[in-house]
Amino acid sequence: MADAPGTREYDWWLLAILTAICAVGVVEIYSTTHGSALAGMHMKQVRWLVIGFAVMFVLSRLDYHLIMDQAPWLYIAGLAALVAVLLVGHRRFGAQRWIPILGEFFQVSELVKLIIIIVLARFFAEVRTDELSLQDLIKAGLLVGLPLGLILKQPDLGTALVLMPMLIVGAFLAGLKWRHAAVFSLAGLLLVGAIFYPPVSRHILKPYQRERITSFLHPEEDAKGSGYQLLQSKIAVGSGGFWGKGFGNGSQNQLGYIPVRYSDFIMSAWAEEQGFKGVLVALGLYMALLLRLVQNAQRAKDRAGMFLVMGVTAALGFHVLVNVAMVIGAMPVTGIPLPLMSYGGSATLFVFLAIGLVMNVRLRRFVN
Amino acid sequence: MSYWFRNDNRLPQERLAAASYVIVGMIALLLLGFWKLQVIDSERYGQMAERNRVRSIPIIAPRGRMLDRDGRVLVDNYPSFSVLLLRDDPAEVEKNLPTIADGLGLSIADLREQLSNTKNLPKFQPIVIKPEATPGDVAFIESHRADVPLLEMLMVHRRRYLPGGFMSHASGYVGEVSEQQIEASNGKYRPGDVAGKSGLERQYNDLLVGTDGMRRVIVNSVGKEMGHLEQQEAIPGKQIQLTIDYDLQQVAEAGLGDKKGAVVALDPRTGEVLAFASHPAPDPNDFAIRVSKEEWQRLNEDPGKPLLNRVTQAQLAPGSVFKIVMATAMLESKVPPENFTAFCPGYGVFYGQMHKCWVYGKSSHGSVNLHAAIVHSCDVFFYNIGMRMGIGAISKYAKMLGLGAKTGVDLPSEESGLVPSEEWVQRVYHHKWYPGSTISVSIGQGSVMVTPLQVAYVIGGIASGGDYKQPHLLKDAPHVGEMHVDLAESTVEQVTQGMYGVVNEAGGTGNSVKLQGIEFCGKSGTAQMMSYGAASRLGLGKGKNDGWFVGYAPRRNPEIVVAAVVEDTSEHGGTAAGPVVRDIVKAYYDKKTKKNQGQVTAEIQKNDAGKSERTLLSGAPRVAVKSEEAAAVVAASEKKRDRP
Repeated sequence: MADAPGTREYDWWLLAILTAICAVGVVEIYSTTHGSALAGMHMKQVRWLVIGFAVMFVLSRLDYHLIMDQAPWLYIAGLAALVAVLLVGHRRFGAQRWIPILGEFFQVSELVKLIIIIVLARFFAEVRTDELSLQDLIKAGLLVGLPLGLILKQPDLGTALVLMPMLIVGAFLAGLKWRHAAVFSLAGLLLVGAIFYPPVSRHILKPYQRERITSFLHPEEDAKGSGYQLLQSKIAVGSGGFWGKGFGNGSQNQLGYIPVRYSDFIMSAWAEEQGFKGVLVALGLYMALLLRLVQNAQRAKDRAGMFLVMGVTAALGFHVLVNVAMVIGAMPVTGIPLPLMSYGGSATLFVFLAIGLVMNVRLRRFVN
Repeated sequence: MSYWFRNDNRLPQERLAAASYVIVGMIALLLLGFWKLQVIDSERYGQMAERNRVRSIPIIAPRGRMLDRDGRVLVDNYPSFSVLLLRDDPAEVEKNLPTIADGLGLSIADLREQLSNTKNLPKFQPIVIKPEATPGDVAFIESHRADVPLLEMLMVHRRRYLPGGFMSHASGYVGEVSEQQIEASNGKYRPGDVAGKSGLERQYNDLLVGTDGMRRVIVNSVGKEMGHLEQQEAIPGKQIQLTIDYDLQQVAEAGLGDKKGAVVALDPRTGEVLAFASHPAPDPNDFAIRVSKEEWQRLNEDPGKPLLNRVTQAQLAPGSVFKIVMATAMLESKVPPENFTAFCPGYGVFYGQMHKCWVYGKSSHGSVNLHAAIVHSCDVFFYNIGMRMGIGAISKYAKMLGLGAKTGVDLPSEESGLVPSEEWVQRVYHHKWYPGSTISVSIGQGSVMVTPLQVAYVIGGIASGGDYKQPHLLKDAPHVGEMHVDLAESTVEQVTQGMYGVVNEAGGTGNSVKLQGIEFCGKSGTAQMMSYGAASRLGLGKGKNDGWFVGYAPRRNPEIVVAAVVEDTSEHGGTAAGPVVRDIVKAYYDKKTKKNQGQVTAEIQKNDAGKSERTLLSGAPRVAVKSEEAAAVVAASEKKRDRP
């Protein structure tokens, strides 16, 4: 675009918050892996972050309207990729989620999340009414439902769940009627109830998923089985106390009691070593990030931009909520990483691409 | 560029604001969750983290050793390994049970039983599942540390006793504590702990037992040791020194050999037990680990009663040994007067029944006075004085002289014997005393019963002029009980002269055990287990006897008194038990002579200096106990010791 804005228009606050969260993440990845077989992982994460920042800047230069123009094709490509994963994808950690690109394994569903954000933004931007009709709501639901079904088939409950808040937030901002909201929340409640009610969940959940639910409800009963992870995480968090045990001093962390402590349970390791004060810092940063995103949405030039930013906000907010709630044992293990802190290439790239979209919207808020 | 977005800038600002509130609320809720865990419940989770991190493995304190009076080691320890099962996590234990059972060669049922026996204990306390680990077990545990992180090796100290049941009824044995002991111990004992079960091991358990320490290691999530914390050292149990003289004990053990019986040697001046043997004797080394049910049953049902401590628990008719009590009673009560004589034609008729003298059918004693009656053990004389004294006086004097009551020796489960009386027969049999029974009692038959220890104690007391010292096995025991019986000098003189005559006068019943140069006195006894008539009817020939001999030296104020009994013998007491007693007394004097001549052995000299002891347990790996502790031990034991 000829009218590309200058660097002054970037959201430097957002970048600062982002960098701070990444720094906390790298420090804690170092703490969880140094001296183990995974030593050096923090540098790998730094590499991902560098790539992420680069990708973010590249994406922010490309006008989001151009990207949204391609929404239908992106959607089709996304579905095709999901089907491809099911057909030829690599099975890692018990789920078929991975395809190799450039020598690394990527989780296709991460990319699909981004595509759904764009597709939903396009869809809701095209809804010209102030209130969302039931018809449009169902259409949006189907738009999300198709990839969601494919992701569940992998199976990847965590990623599938992330699609839901995108839909809900989008619909809400598009003028969801309270009546519809009530009906759908009821349906949602029933679904959650069914998941937690064994006689019903037996028919809809995979055994490992049911086990996670059970161990979430009764972690002490099976302390070395699936309840082990939640219990050990809670022990780590709780034993950290207010001041924490100090960097590199968390016994739960250093002795390996916290499961996948460099990734999904990194908050647990952070909370153990840095205590409640550290948690305040980390959650404070996430809150600042999310509020800053909302602010960017509020200042978007058009509805399309707003929906894009809020889609990102919904996805990231949901990640933070579900991951952190899991770490303190308030939610079952779903395999959702903590954005920017957890180690992982695909997840990190997703976050930077998403933020790239946000920057994109911000850069163009004054452009006509 | 598409048209679809143009000029559409109607943003739902209210709903966006609502989203901000939702975000703040969400973060606040999460923080609340952290507050609950990290501030409110922090302590609880801190403990759980600590329990994860730290594994406590007990360090077993070695039990105190037992030394003889010269400092020679009688009971020692040797190191061994036990297999511990860590049961913090029941699910993991359950999962690995088959692997563990297979690897250690145990049955699953047995393991389960052990687990259910200990289910009331705190989960973090490991239990011993196999007391004696073989090299194979050690290899199994080491190679399965990662996949079965539930097993630990524990160094324990096993008891080592002298072989062949040497002194085993005195030393007793140790075993795993019973459930009753655990309950009674106020949390001091845990299952698998070892405690004294009998004998001195039990009597002085509180002294001998040490305080276990604790090794605390840091383990990672797969049970690998990553480091260790400050450990709590074990405090070894106190060593105790016994009054037993190993040399005399050896003579006692050899003297009894494979005969069924008991022998005990006392120093009546102090009450110190110099030798203490009861045969048959089980080898307590066999129980040092874990005694199987079958083995235990076999020992309990053995007709030789190897578990019976005959010295303190065998209650036997004393036979003619009782005549010393009768003689003392007669002289003290002056009924009949001391110049009383009786005529022995080989039998006597009392209350319409004939009672034989032991020489019946072979010869007769003729006219006998008290001295002759003791020397020749004339039954008829004692029938006569018994009839004149009556059961009341006999009972009174027998009790006064120390029979029918426990001596108070420092061993558990001593029996008190029995002195019959009119009151006793009324209480137990609900009938009046038959005067005819008095006749049997007069020669130590009938219902009168004594233990070998009582015999040594009573004879020693009489020969010491009525000064009794409580028998005991703990050297330098602080409060040795005393008893004084007022005996007339002439009584003691006459009775001891009688016992001197038994051994030293021609025709005395103990003449065969005479010792040259020593004032060796004694009295034999041959208690019939059944009448001659009954025995011959059963084809047992002369009948089975309990052969007694009690001997002491010198004649007045003896230094050593030895009582021996040989059960089920066809011989007389003088020949069955006499040599056992004689050999001990002789060994005592031989040693004493050597000492007086300055021929003390090098070992004993060294030992007197408190530097080292000779170990009798050859090849036994010794547990290090600092030599200076030995001195402190006795001092400490004195404080703690409570005598009955």
